[in-house]
Amino acid sequence: MFLTEEKIKKLKKTANNIRQSIIEMLVEAKSGHTAGPLGMADVFTFFYFHVLKHNPKDPFWEGRDRVILSNGHICPVLYATMAHSGYFPVEELKTLRKFGTRLQGHPHREYMPWLENSSGPLGAGLSQAVGMALADRMDEKDKERFIYCFMSDGELDEGNSWEAIMLAGKNKLRNLITVVDRNNIQIDGYTEHIMPLEPLADKWRSFNWNVIEVGGHDFKFLNKAVEKAQENKDGPTVIIAHTIPGKGVKEFERDYKWHGIVPNKEQGEMALKELKEAAYSL
Amino acid sequence: MLNPKLKLNTKIFNDDVEQIPIRKGFGEGLALAGEINKNVVALCADLTESTQMHLFKDKFPKRFIEIGVAEQNLVTVASGIAAMGKIPFCSSYAMFSPGRNWEQIRTTIAYNDRPVKIVGSHAGISVGPDGGTHQALEDIALMRVMPNMDVISPCDAIEAKKATLLLAKTKKPAYLRLAREKTSIITTEDTPFEIGKAQIFWVPDVGLAQVGIIVTGSLMYRALLAAKELETEGTRPGQQGGIKTKVMNLSSIVPIDTEAIITLAKECKAIITVEEHQVSGGMGSAVAEVLAQNYPVPMEFIGVQNLFGQSGSPDELIEHYGMGVKDIKKAVEKILKRKVAN
Repeated sequence: MFLTEEKIKKLKKTANNIRQSIIEMLVEAKSGHTAGPLGMADVFTFFYFHVLKHNPKDPFWEGRDRVILSNGHICPVLYATMAHSGYFPVEELKTLRKFGTRLQGHPHREYMPWLENSSGPLGAGLSQAVGMALADRMDEKDKERFIYCFMSDGELDEGNSWEAIMLAGKNKLRNLITVVDRNNIQIDGYTEHIMPLEPLADKWRSFNWNVIEVGGHDFKFLNKAVEKAQENKDGPTVIIAHTIPGKGVKEFERDYKWHGIVPNKEQGEMALKELKEAAYSL
Repeated sequence: MLNPKLKLNTKIFNDDVEQIPIRKGFGEGLALAGEINKNVVALCADLTESTQMHLFKDKFPKRFIEIGVAEQNLVTVASGIAAMGKIPFCSSYAMFSPGRNWEQIRTTIAYNDRPVKIVGSHAGISVGPDGGTHQALEDIALMRVMPNMDVISPCDAIEAKKATLLLAKTKKPAYLRLAREKTSIITTEDTPFEIGKAQIFWVPDVGLAQVGIIVTGSLMYRALLAAKELETEGTRPGQQGGIKTKVMNLSSIVPIDTEAIITLAKECKAIITVEEHQVSGGMGSAVAEVLAQNYPVPMEFIGVQNLFGQSGSPDELIEHYGMGVKDIKKAVEKILKRKVAN
């Protein structure tokens, strides 16, 4: 995919805006998750503003790529990215987790019908994406579009994840691309302390997946990774995106404690100040 | 007598009554549904012949997905397939699906509103020799408590076939409960079947019924035998013509036919429920919820009394756990006494 320096600059600005929205939403909501959404802001920006075949003005367009978010708790980044893409007003982001909102604490299709799935309980997203990819193959639509699944490293503790990985490998689903947010944290601590995942790439490879490892905050690298994944004809591809949890706000970065808590008003103001300063230099 | 309006099997009380496993009706129904609608697909977790899904697989190999022994994957993959406009049926033993994968069904199918049909075969104590691990006695409770989930438990193979064909047309998630053993054929192709509608299979020759017997699934045959014997035996001294009952087929547990249940309670003023399931949380509980709120009458519950099963022949187990013909008759006699005491 053609990616100019100018576009990269634009993507950086958009990701910064999305991070600011995430902070504003979480401060207002007073509960939720901070580290994951900030860490995946670049990846989501890259997909929604550069990779995906989608149309926010016609969200049910049949030809769209399908996006499954498996780790529903990082939905602030999904909501913020969708709002900035034009699916719904950015102003609505402040209703996150409030009574009557379309922006449920964990995503729910009944409230926001253009989501492809409801999620929250971990480990069940990839198998839904596998089902979608199988259905497209049955209908001979597997060359027309991709099924993308975003998932976390922590949810690889779930047996259901590996059941899905095994089935996708067996069926050589070339229309399935999974992005693992390899941020090394989960609620109780660092993944390698709680339940070691390494050698992670080898694990996927041994299940007959094509594996690409990439830094999750560099648009040029992400572009190459996605290109390679799309060109792969042999089977499913996993992009292991190495991200920094809490990315963009120094105080939150790399600390697992920010997995499941949100900034208070002062911390939020500090974070927004830092993000705005970073935006000036872009 | 058998309700003449429903065109039931007239040979039902013959010794040579035809016997077919309920699960086979599902297999035939699914193969037929596959012919009618090309969007019907099937998934199985390494029990294709056991659950009779091979009848579909043989006809439509490209629309069949072998998942392996992975029930969590079975239903979540089905959810993804349904998201692309298909009607997936996924089968396993009831103990494993919905037994093992309940949360996945809740989140990715019921909450997610995807029209996946979960087929739990080998439900109930009549699984027999496999023993307690394989006898699902809690699945009705598990599934009926879940919002946005229909629960259907057919009484014979013919009804299972009709239920399968109907479920292939609905846009809702559903659970279809099937039994392993051969079961006497009660209905005919001409017997009407509708999701959400109960039917009275047995009516008194004349007059009003004294007890209403509500049955779901494979115990219907035994309930009809009990009703027939009660009417002809005249077990209560001094009573002419025996005890008059009505037997209701409640194969559709969700949605439940509230009106028909209340009507039966108003006529009989005493209700017995019969199911191959724990008495807590099952079909009997569903009936009790309806009656307690609308028209309370004395009730007796035939089912497993908070116990696990064990190995044995289906008949031995049904007798041992108190779900046989004599147990149904005993419950009728007991409830008649309670009715008088009221």
